[in-house]
Amino acid sequence: MYVVACIKQVPDTTQVQIDPVTNTLVRDGIPFIVNPYDTHALEESLRMKARYGFKAAALSMGPPNTEATLRKALALGVDEAILCSDRAFGGADTLSTSNVLAAAIRKLAQEDEVGIVFCGKQTIDGDTAQVGPGIAIRLGFSQLTLVDRIEHLDFLSKKIRVRRKLEGRYEIVEAKLPAMITVVRELNRPRYPTVPMRLKAAKAEVKVWDNNELKLDPNSVGLKGSPTWVSRIFSPQRAAGEIIGDGMGDPAGTARLLLEKLVASDMLAV
Amino acid sequence: MQPDPVIFTPLLAAACAIFAWSCYRRFSLVAVGAAEDRFSSLPERLQGMFEFAFLQKRVVSRPFGVNHLFIFWSFLILAVANTEFLVAGVFPAARLSAVLPQALYLPLVFVFDVVSLCALTAVAIALVRRAVAPPYEGARTGEAFGILSMIGTLMLAYFGLHAAEIALGAEGAAQSMPVSRALSSLLSGEGGETLKSVAQVSWWLHAGVLLFFLNYLPYSKHMHILAAIPNCFFKGLDAPNTQPREEFVEGNVYGAGSIDRFTWKDLFDSFSCTECGRCEKSCPAASTGKPLNPRLVMHDIKVNLLANGDLLQRGGEPTVPVIGDAEGSIRPDALWSCTSCGACLAACPVFIEQMPKITKMRRHLVQMEADFPEELLNLFENMEQRSNPWGIAPGERGKWAGGRDVRQFEAGKTEYLYFVGCAGSFDSRSKQVTLAMTRIMEAAGVSFGILGKEEKCCGDSLRRLGNEYLFDKMARENVAQFQEKGVTKVVTQCPHCFTTLKNDYRQYGLELEVIPHAEFIESLLAQGKLKLDHHEKKGGNIVFHDSCYLGRHNGVYEAPRTVIAQATGSAPAEMERNRENSFCCGAGGGRMWMEEHLGERINLNRVNEALAGKPSTICTTCPYCMTMMEDGLKDRSNGGTNVKDIAELVAEGLKA
Ligand SMILES: Cc1cc2nc3c(=O)[nH]c(=O)nc-3n(C[C@H](O)[C@H](O)[C@@H](O)COP(=O)(O)OP(=O)(O)OC[C@H]3O[C@@H](n4cnc5c(N)ncnc54)[C@H](O)[C@@H]3O)c2cc1C
Ligand code: SF4
Ligand code: SF4
Repeated sequence: MYVVACIKQVPDTTQVQIDPVTNTLVRDGIPFIVNPYDTHALEESLRMKARYGFKAAALSMGPPNTEATLRKALALGVDEAILCSDRAFGGADTLSTSNVLAAAIRKLAQEDEVGIVFCGKQTIDGDTAQVGPGIAIRLGFSQLTLVDRIEHLDFLSKKIRVRRKLEGRYEIVEAKLPAMITVVRELNRPRYPTVPMRLKAAKAEVKVWDNNELKLDPNSVGLKGSPTWVSRIFSPQRAAGEIIGDGMGDPAGTARLLLEKLVASDMLAV
Repeated sequence: MQPDPVIFTPLLAAACAIFAWSCYRRFSLVAVGAAEDRFSSLPERLQGMFEFAFLQKRVVSRPFGVNHLFIFWSFLILAVANTEFLVAGVFPAARLSAVLPQALYLPLVFVFDVVSLCALTAVAIALVRRAVAPPYEGARTGEAFGILSMIGTLMLAYFGLHAAEIALGAEGAAQSMPVSRALSSLLSGEGGETLKSVAQVSWWLHAGVLLFFLNYLPYSKHMHILAAIPNCFFKGLDAPNTQPREEFVEGNVYGAGSIDRFTWKDLFDSFSCTECGRCEKSCPAASTGKPLNPRLVMHDIKVNLLANGDLLQRGGEPTVPVIGDAEGSIRPDALWSCTSCGACLAACPVFIEQMPKITKMRRHLVQMEADFPEELLNLFENMEQRSNPWGIAPGERGKWAGGRDVRQFEAGKTEYLYFVGCAGSFDSRSKQVTLAMTRIMEAAGVSFGILGKEEKCCGDSLRRLGNEYLFDKMARENVAQFQEKGVTKVVTQCPHCFTTLKNDYRQYGLELEVIPHAEFIESLLAQGKLKLDHHEKKGGNIVFHDSCYLGRHNGVYEAPRTVIAQATGSAPAEMERNRENSFCCGAGGGRMWMEEHLGERINLNRVNEALAGKPSTICTTCPYCMTMMEDGLKDRSNGGTNVKDIAELVAEGLKA
């Protein structure tokens, strides 16, 4: 049985800046990282591999340089790394991304049954949180989002019970396998690659699947298959702050000043 | 008073044979270790052996060391007497008196007699000391008392024999034996038979203890009698925390995860340990209640070798793990407690290298097991992704300069590369030090440039934490950048950058002239390039804290003191533990990035020591020390003591 982790390569957002003129992301020279939530998806797939003997596969759609991201997954211990890469896949929105990833999982299932697909809760660049659910719908998998704990897994009855972390409460849900699970950070603590694994991964094969292999309708992938267009990206304007006084030297005076300002700006009900 | 050689000869032969066999068994075990060259630079090695093994320079530097020096030299001198004694037991005619002229023989006998008394006294002192004020908790072992008693008994038997012989009139050299003669007067009333019995019993006691001692040696901590002298010969000649590189190719294993992954010298170290406890007393981890004790690290390595050695020699796999909880294994939390301060190395009288072994085991944990304290995951990823420990965007480096126009380094146009380092670039407190340093260099008209955005972390913490793989990657990148840019002279303000650029990068074929800021400022002052106003006379109120990486690891002790004296008009106050005996702030060895859950906080221990003299300022030369001292002060309601870097002290005094 396969357990699949979908991992996306994202720009290291601490280093992303927005070009003030074109209003687009300045990506030049910005290093890529594995989407942080996806490292937890990957970790959980590796734990399942260790615990139940599943085969772990890492799956990503992206340009050829995404291979580096998949090598990291290999260094952590996945058995297979698959990159869906084709010029035709470029410019995808969540819809066409889901089409490609679902098709890849279907293809993988021809080799062996796919039991669980793990995705991150969302990405740190696109932030839509739609791709996981999109995959689930296309494959007809149970959809379990925002999972922070796997409570129980039963192969015989093909059932999984998980805890979902919602705002202010938890929800325990049971569903049938196969399932697509999106994960939050609390689920686990990702591992670190050992050096022998890194060296092995450097030489391991990353399978590249293009559309000749996935055989999707060209109109359902990439830009053509994307009804969404991002028209403008910008940082919301924020008024410049003000540093108030010398809190160490004159705490009482500073506190008074602060209070005056807060009252004056109507932030405190007096 | 010779016994019958027919009885003694087989006894002696058996004792010698067993001794030789024991020594062979034990010492051949070190061959399970990996190869390491410790034979280079012979003259330097011989000199070290002479100074430290024979003159015992380090031994005498701590309490009761002189006492040990006496025992050691008595031992050497009496070895001649004892050899004669044993030989004569087999060949009664083969005596020194028969071969040496009287003019040589009589003084020699005199020396033996007096030295025996010295030895007896020294042993008595050692016994009392161990009973009353042992060097460390748990030092009152039966073994320690047993050995001292044995040496004492040897001396008493020596005197018993000679006193009886003198009383019997059978000692021709009696006039050269003041001590034995004085004792013989106590026996003057005894009859001939009694005297003969005293002589006989003394002889056998002497022989028995001698042969037993010989055969007990290889199985006790007193194996150091055999191993310590060669261990001083084999001592490390490189900077102790600059450890060998590892080669990253498939099929290799990394670090020391089992006893045979140490080198033969590492294993030989374990046989040389005298269990004196000096390392433990100086260790900031051991002395603040952490699970690490460098003495026990050596002990456990020895126990492990003895447990696994046989098996390994027969080509088997070791059964006792070197990292673990049992005796003969070292606990991971002990390994992670080390600050790599080097106090253990500096304290050890026989040059055992405790800390490098800890790093080797860390290398195993990180690189083979990916098993390390949780906090380090972030550090490792930040280093790999963003080349700084905080994970701040590399583009932010260089922003410390604010509006200031600081030049980029360019070979030919700027003389020095000012390597600011991660703390100096990103840590808000250390950025002030960077600005102070910049003001100083500008005031002195130094031609310098920075790397700005292109600067990368030197990788110090990674290397000390055992992540050699990442360190290697970063070192290569840095070395390539320095070479490409034609950097030859570097000024640093962080002792960790300093040691890494200077010592570690040399392993990558990069020879730089790296100057720590304390020395650089010192030379600017010496050349009269800085005009200072020091009428404030703050000196004396400033206490100086030695950074381990500047001091112990690189021997820079005086430059910062000279600079403080010149900047403030008087020499800094000293803490009780200073210079090579300085006490770590707690942040080295990657501890900066870990929580300190166990025991007393190291920085508090040090801050308390600093505050004892009620200073106005604790002066540091390292960004980590700065952080640790400031944090420590926050926890103490102190009377307005602050922490300043040496560059800040100087910059404050710059004449406008
Ligand atoms: C700033 C920005 C804004 C965008 N806005 C929109 C928008 O409003 N609407 C829209 O349709 N598209 C948008 N896109 C495009 C969209 O982000 C990506 O094209 C889409 O492929 C993935 O969506 P996501 O990043 O939001 O992923 P999410 O749906 O947030 O990702 C959830 C999980 O799905 C998996 N996953 C997502 N992408 C991949 C992949 N390529 N390979 C493997 N696994 C993956 C990961 O496990 C991930 O954690 C935007 C892109 C950017 C950079
Ligand atoms: S290097 Fe310092 S902390 Fe580490 S064992 Fe030695 S004395 Fe202790
Ligand atoms: S390692 Fe050195 S300092 Fe420590 S107990 Fe042994 S001999 Fe003494």
